[in-house]
Amino acid sequence: MKKWSSLALAVTLGAVLTLSGCGGNNNNAGTEATAATNAAATTAPDSSPETSANTQDTLILGRGGDSASLDPAIVTDGESLKIAHQVFDSLLEYKPGTSEVQASLADSWEVSPDGLTYTFKLHPGVKFHDGTDFNAEAVVFNFTRWSDPASEFKFEGDSFDYYDSMFGPDGSRVIKEVKAVDATTVEFTLNQPQAPFLQNIAMTSFGIASPAAIQEKKENFKNEPVGTGPFVFTEWKHNDSITLDKNSNYWKEGLPKLNKVIVRSIPDNSARFNALQNGEIDLMEDLSPDDLSTLEGNTELQKIERPPFNVAYLGFNFKKKPFDNVKVRQALNYAVNKQAIIDAFFSGQATAAVNPMPPSLWGYNDAVKDYEYDLDKAKALLAEAGYPDGLPDTVTLYAMPVSRPYMPDGKKVAEAIQADWETIGVKTVIESPEWATYLDDTKAGEKDDIYMLGWTGDNGDPDNFLYTLLDKDAIPGNNRTFYVNEELHTILINAQKETDQAKRSDLYKQAQEIIKADAPWIPLVHTTPLLAAKANLKGFVPGPTGTEYYSEIYFE
Amino acid sequence: MNSYLLKRVMVLFPVLIGMTIIVFSIIHAIPGDPAETILGQKATEQSKQALREQLGLDKPWLQQYFNYMGDLVQGDLGTSIRTKTPIAKEIMPYLAATLELTAASMLFATIVGVNAGILSAWRQNSWFDYTAMIIALIGVSMPIFWLGLMEQMLFALKLHWLPSIGRMDQRNPVESITNLYVIDTILAGDWRQLWTVIKHLILPSIALGTIPMAIIARMTRSSMLEVMNSDYIRTAKAKGLSQFLVVYKHALKNALIPVLTVVGLQTGALLGGAVLTETIFAWPGVGRYIFEAISSRDYPVIQTGILIIAFIFVFINLLVDLLYAVIDPRINYK
Repeated sequence: MKKWSSLALAVTLGAVLTLSGCGGNNNNAGTEATAATNAAATTAPDSSPETSANTQDTLILGRGGDSASLDPAIVTDGESLKIAHQVFDSLLEYKPGTSEVQASLADSWEVSPDGLTYTFKLHPGVKFHDGTDFNAEAVVFNFTRWSDPASEFKFEGDSFDYYDSMFGPDGSRVIKEVKAVDATTVEFTLNQPQAPFLQNIAMTSFGIASPAAIQEKKENFKNEPVGTGPFVFTEWKHNDSITLDKNSNYWKEGLPKLNKVIVRSIPDNSARFNALQNGEIDLMEDLSPDDLSTLEGNTELQKIERPPFNVAYLGFNFKKKPFDNVKVRQALNYAVNKQAIIDAFFSGQATAAVNPMPPSLWGYNDAVKDYEYDLDKAKALLAEAGYPDGLPDTVTLYAMPVSRPYMPDGKKVAEAIQADWETIGVKTVIESPEWATYLDDTKAGEKDDIYMLGWTGDNGDPDNFLYTLLDKDAIPGNNRTFYVNEELHTILINAQKETDQAKRSDLYKQAQEIIKADAPWIPLVHTTPLLAAKANLKGFVPGPTGTEYYSEIYFE
Repeated sequence: MNSYLLKRVMVLFPVLIGMTIIVFSIIHAIPGDPAETILGQKATEQSKQALREQLGLDKPWLQQYFNYMGDLVQGDLGTSIRTKTPIAKEIMPYLAATLELTAASMLFATIVGVNAGILSAWRQNSWFDYTAMIIALIGVSMPIFWLGLMEQMLFALKLHWLPSIGRMDQRNPVESITNLYVIDTILAGDWRQLWTVIKHLILPSIALGTIPMAIIARMTRSSMLEVMNSDYIRTAKAKGLSQFLVVYKHALKNALIPVLTVVGLQTGALLGGAVLTETIFAWPGVGRYIFEAISSRDYPVIQTGILIIAFIFVFINLLVDLLYAVIDPRINYK
């Protein structure tokens, strides 16, 4: 019996193996036949649907990562906000391609002279995707959900981090009360004036969700979002794709132009570019500068440049000697050849950074002069600081282990800088621990002497660069230099309270001068992140903050 | 046979429990405050404290472990911190994607590897033998990352034969029931979709299956050579059996035992080691799920993900051991 079963097994195995062995020949014939069916199959969907014979109405977008959650209020990552931006509208929005605020769900607004009351007139007749009405009560419901720590609609694990960060944590809230005056009027009362209030309200995180949907779906709302936006959420395959369908009742006339948007997660930059060239996606984010020449040589594709709204920099750790010495910091500033770095590693898609914020942002100080590349001056300054033969100890330079829009290859850039510094007698060792450890270490400031990092603006306000990254309040946190300057702190706090933009602009210009003189950073570059798309894709306006509406996109 | 099976299964329990202890300890040995790392710079002290309580980090180690085991036994695999969704609910599609890819890769690796090994042994020192073994050598040392991109360049960009990424054509999506698309399309009787799904599987399977294919080929070859020189094969040949029968019926059966071990081990290795392939081919599998959890320090996901892969690995080994007993009855007696 046993003998038979084992014999049977051997025979079947043998048969399977032989069959497959012979398959070697069939394979080639098979593939050719396949290629034919394949071609038929791929052309079919383009020509057959009755929608239209030659214009495409589905957009497939490829990006590097997946969303963490689709409820914009509980996330802080860009990949999550990108999708939420299509599903939700906020009271205000940024004018496409800029960080300027304009009307959205709120048609108009009034500010009381003391800057403490904001009255918004809402757009009438807007409906959520679930058919319920958008009105003042819905606005109140959302803001209450975010601000009330005991809200029953704050589900397990949720934290409204952007609300806390923009409008102050519980105990020091900026917004005192949100009141529905009538169905289309909502009134915000503040505890203290907040200059960037309207900028903040326009953020995707404060998109208005359907109260009925939150009440019904509860913790599942983060997987099945319902807003008033141009696209309706349909399906989420984690780490694979998110499908959005046209909101045919969208309150903005004639939008969206597309019928469907599919957002795919394709982590590898080269693979994503391959998929674009192979027609599997129509638009891709984060093109490697290395692929630029291939892109420009392909007439079926186009290059899209995102306005530079970021900064990459090296930060000095003030906890470590001798980086608490301003002369040493200035010396090293003189010893970085920014233009050479841009030419070598950014394919020219970057500009040298002078200040800690991008030139496109209001309040940017043009008058500040950069430390030009001058190794003699660097040496002289080091000598003045008491190091005529260079620094005695080897410097630990932390270089980013991951690629970011503002810094595609941190290690290579660090190596270039290392070589320059070597010539003025500063020996460095480059370390790149894994990303989470990197952030931990630089935040603690115990291991690194100098670190590399960057920032992309969240909203269109200088406060989001200068205060967030260099104020003493940001220690521990985003200020990983441990740089404290009381004068700068006073200016930044005053700027937060000032409501006159011209006056604020002056304050930020002063702040940039102080920062330049103190040199807590070596600002490196502002990059122009690249996207690539099929040549016939039109109407895509890249936004500086990394989010944009897909509603205006169409194919020619 | 039954007592062998029973014994073999009984051994599993201490192994599995040991594994949970190891995984749990490793995760807890990572320095730093997890709540701090997970929530990042924008979090308040309040939400950090809430997270510590949610994760049970404020309790002693042993109690944390027993709570964890208690939850596991009840089928609660924890909640992802990043997506805030129960892991048991969200891991299935990832697992299915990885299983499908692993199965396809091992099918490719076994079929090509075993046959190449047999032919090489059969025609020892022939040109085929040399070529096959050189290819196997290159295969073992091939960087998956590079191989994957080269495949995309050639078969997708230049020849347009195959899609370069993903599991299906997004413009014409597959209806999923089990998340194993090959099975789903067969169940639906949709042969055209089945073909698209298979086409999407080809490039990543080759990328992932190349190393095991090479290992299997070399193992089969040496194992076959050993068997072919044994007495019973000489007897079979002397009886006048055809070459084919001798090789595929008599020799293969005994040569398969070490090969089976390698197949089992490689399958286990692929399950966890598919991160690179899954990245290049945008394959939404469990390797990437864990990888992303590591980058965002999503402790519950890392812990559960590793544990599930380890469990599957153990079960594959059990399966291999049981198959030994089927192929070689002598194993029963031990």
